[in-house]
Amino acid sequence: MNAPQIPAAILIILIPLMTSYSIPLLGWRWRGAGYYLALLAIGASLVCSLILLYTVLTVGTIHYHLGGWLPPWGIEYVIDPLNGFVGVVVCCLSFLVTLSSRASVEKELADKKVRFYTIYLLLFTGLMGITVTGDVFNLYVFLEIASLTAYALIAIGEDGAPLAAFNYIIMGTIGACFYLLGVGYLYIMTGSLNIADLAKLLPALYGSKVVLVALSFFLIGTAIKMGLFPLHVWLPDAYTYAPSAVSSFIAPLMTKVMAYILIRVMITVFEPSYSLKAVPAGTILSWLAAAAILAGSILAIAQSDFKRMLAYSSVSQIGYIVLGVGLANATGLVGSLLHILNHGFMKACLFTVAAALMLKTGGRNIYQLPGMHRRMPFTMAALAIGALSMVGVPPTCGFFSKWYLILGAIEAGQWVFVGVILLSSLLTAVYFMRMIEIIFLRPAPSGGNESGEGVRDEIPLSMSVPLWILAAGILLLGLFNERIVSGILRLALPAGY
Amino acid sequence: METISSIKPLGAVLVSLIAAMLILVTGDRHRNLRETWTLLAAVIKFSLVFSLVGPVLEGRSVETTLLTLVPGLKLQLRVDAFGLVFGLLASGLWVLTSIYSVGYMRSLQEHAQTRYFFCFALALSATMGIAFSANLLTLYIFYEILTLSTWPLVAHKETPEALAAGRKYLVYTLTSSTLILFSAAAIFVQTGTLDFTPGGFLAGRVAEGMLPLLFALLLFGFGVKAAIMPIHEWLPSAMIAPTPVSALLHAVAVVKAGVFGCLRVILYVFGPALLIQKGLWFPFALLVSFTILAAGMIALGEDNLKRRLAFSTINSLSIIILGALLRSKSGITGGILHLANHGFLKITLFFCAGAIYVKTHKELVSQLDGIGKQMPLTMAAFTIGAMGLAGIPPINGFISKWYLCLGALEAHEMIFLVVFLLSALLDVAFLFPIVYNAFFKDARGKPPHFDEAPRAMLVPLMITALVSVILGIYPDAFLRFFSLAAMAVQNILGGG
Amino acid sequence: MIDSLMSKYNYWMYIVLMMIGFYAMIGKKNLVKKLIGMNIFQTAIILYYISIGVKKGGTLPVLMEGVPHAAAYVNPLPHVLMLTAIVVSVSTTGVALAVLLLIYRRYKTLEEDEILKLMR
Repeated sequence: MNAPQIPAAILIILIPLMTSYSIPLLGWRWRGAGYYLALLAIGASLVCSLILLYTVLTVGTIHYHLGGWLPPWGIEYVIDPLNGFVGVVVCCLSFLVTLSSRASVEKELADKKVRFYTIYLLLFTGLMGITVTGDVFNLYVFLEIASLTAYALIAIGEDGAPLAAFNYIIMGTIGACFYLLGVGYLYIMTGSLNIADLAKLLPALYGSKVVLVALSFFLIGTAIKMGLFPLHVWLPDAYTYAPSAVSSFIAPLMTKVMAYILIRVMITVFEPSYSLKAVPAGTILSWLAAAAILAGSILAIAQSDFKRMLAYSSVSQIGYIVLGVGLANATGLVGSLLHILNHGFMKACLFTVAAALMLKTGGRNIYQLPGMHRRMPFTMAALAIGALSMVGVPPTCGFFSKWYLILGAIEAGQWVFVGVILLSSLLTAVYFMRMIEIIFLRPAPSGGNESGEGVRDEIPLSMSVPLWILAAGILLLGLFNERIVSGILRLALPAGY
Repeated sequence: METISSIKPLGAVLVSLIAAMLILVTGDRHRNLRETWTLLAAVIKFSLVFSLVGPVLEGRSVETTLLTLVPGLKLQLRVDAFGLVFGLLASGLWVLTSIYSVGYMRSLQEHAQTRYFFCFALALSATMGIAFSANLLTLYIFYEILTLSTWPLVAHKETPEALAAGRKYLVYTLTSSTLILFSAAAIFVQTGTLDFTPGGFLAGRVAEGMLPLLFALLLFGFGVKAAIMPIHEWLPSAMIAPTPVSALLHAVAVVKAGVFGCLRVILYVFGPALLIQKGLWFPFALLVSFTILAAGMIALGEDNLKRRLAFSTINSLSIIILGALLRSKSGITGGILHLANHGFLKITLFFCAGAIYVKTHKELVSQLDGIGKQMPLTMAAFTIGAMGLAGIPPINGFISKWYLCLGALEAHEMIFLVVFLLSALLDVAFLFPIVYNAFFKDARGKPPHFDEAPRAMLVPLMITALVSVILGIYPDAFLRFFSLAAMAVQNILGGG
Repeated sequence: MIDSLMSKYNYWMYIVLMMIGFYAMIGKKNLVKKLIGMNIFQTAIILYYISIGVKKGGTLPVLMEGVPHAAAYVNPLPHVLMLTAIVVSVSTTGVALAVLLLIYRRYKTLEEDEILKLMR
């Protein structure tokens, strides 16, 4: 049953796009305009995404025809429970992260503020566009918008940021080009670019080698963009050297949206019975994911730079999401989707803490942090919650996505993957518990007095309020995850699961 | 069994959680206010738990359902007879431990007291949650919270040694949690439920080949906290914590939580009938017997008083598990009773050790000659504790050991009867010399004069010693341990 | 074999072009050469797309009088898509060149191995 053409579907893209053009204009007179306009635009998109999700859940899938052209000749935006969910996640996290960005942008990028927020909003537009579109080539366009703006934002950081950005450009472009090749091959065989249309036309063509090649190109392209091991090499440098506000935004969101592309291709464009079972892409993905999970955790243990540690941890977490897809059963996919939400919140929380540390101490070395809980108790408490969630301690949300993934692996009879997930929890515990021990339990270097009233130097409200909302979210999403799973995620599963 | 829905179990869990937050907020600036939160929470918690004794003894179980955690599983608290025994033990002893803690921390002018009291309160919340969990997943959640909240307590001293002990503690407990999680997931996939049922719920629903594996994983999972050999090593190392923490670890929260978990698995997940049928109980009975004897013998050689007590605990905990594994009526009754009785006895011993440390800074057994003349009340309590552990009437330890030996006889397992008797002998061997040296030898150095520990520490340890005696004479006094244990056993063996 | 080579010569050409670009991206040490490689890579894909729209005897995809049938035109859709792709390629090159400027200002060189040495 289809929903009417509600404008929220196009406004969700249009508002940030138009606002990003107005930031340089207004910024001429008032330099602080960027922050507030960005906040307004993302807030408006958040409202739109909530409207869209609500409509999808109550009425049905939304098809919005751009320009009034009917599909499959015109471009359409399709919102179903899957991308309605992802849309809300992206908007919500973007809003909170943008809220917290003011202080770090002031400190690190003061002279570039106006241009920063312009490109920042364009990045957000790109990500939202990927989420709502129902056309594979339109997806490529938004993919490139998001990628280009991300490259630019990463490049303005300190240390090795330009080189990291350049490496990201090279690798990311290869990924996007592979995606484009995939689209091209599908176009040759079907003559259509519309996702729903492709889903109808492709089953007759599953025997063809061309379609198989298209699938492979999609897989490799999105794998590069997601940072799936072993194509993750661009990720640690990019996340580490980017400015704090940028890594807080990119880390929780970009790779997740790319994972969404993977899921879309695997289960909507191609049918899961073909893409995950017949072509053994499911098996390949699961094994690569298992390698990613372990490699990411092991590499993270070796790091003493906080952001680098978080970057490798992200490599590991992407492995979880891909594993859930590769398991090819309902519980696994639910675990993946839930992990998109959970990992977004966790990483946003942790990277905001990293931004806070950068703001107050100027450094990223975790061994310089003993006794930090006296200076910034609330921030460190949020760090503790985020860390515990990454390890998978109930009742934080991180535990529940692991629960579903473990159940999915058991249901699929893949005991090796169960072992991998459990082992990686222990490995994650090594580097996160180490951090908690360093901060909370190691004696502070001489300078703090013993009665506990050390110099309190907390981060400004604009950063701590969103941080606390994220930390509270981690706990609440854990406790109430069943509502999300039954209410939204179960509806997002493809037929036959 | 009739179920009542009530907010009380949840209240018991939450009251110390709220107290923990208040403690954090109050901080070091208002120390008396901060201590008040702890004591107030302890008293309220105990009252709530005690008020549940009535309904449970009438045959009803009190339940709070919080929310559905994952499709098919709820976060649910259900108070039954067995859980209530543990709950009463933990909440009652927390009141005394809190008073003792205040005395200890202030006498030694310890650092990071806010963190200490915060983690303590949190740990007790988790313990209540464990005691009242209705299913394996709820238990797991509170189990993890317990691990994390007791970790800063183990590493409290912040010396490299303490931090290393803390890390060892984490490695052991987190690995074991992984085993429990795996087993819980596997059981859930196969049976669709994780609810504790008296007499077990796995029979006939789980694939044959998986039963031994699951049993092993679950027992080793809970067995880390219950200090079964060979995964016991964290416990002696954790003795580096302040003594009230050791008292907590040994009598109230952590190790008893491990034993509680083991017993839940043996009695409420697998069930005695299934264990006999598959012959699963025997290898583990052998393993815990080995633990009992080996730990007793190592205790003989330990000079550090707290480490000796640690090995004594390892010995006692395995006795409890062995009782449950014997699957006879008296055996299980004895096991549950010993869970409670050992709590009182061990905490007395640790309180004494702490009192001695605070007054004299002595940690080694060899330094304790003649201390009975300096601290006669403390050593009297210590004697009562030692007698109780050895199973000498009229202390409560005798009652539980009696039932355990009866249980071995009922199950026609002579070899385990021998194990129980040997362990009693070992208890005498490693505890009584301390008593003898304290009273009948002369102290080296200055002549003794009467110099007891501060009242805040002395009074709790005398109370626990006194209660041990009273429970030895009339086992059902105040807390109705005996009736609760009997009711639990009846439910389990009667087929629920 | 020769048959397939001859009939699908356009695809073979693009594969060759793509691989040249790919090699340049991976194998060359100079950052500008990597960038050029990326450009070649993208151009190969653009050419590939255009070629799939070709028809024997088709005319320009511009609406003309005297050519009534849609089938007489070459397929215009790939052309349109590739206009977008060309814009993307140009923007990527622009961003990459700006980043190279940043790198050059900071390290005074554009050889990757020298930069890595300077970064240590």
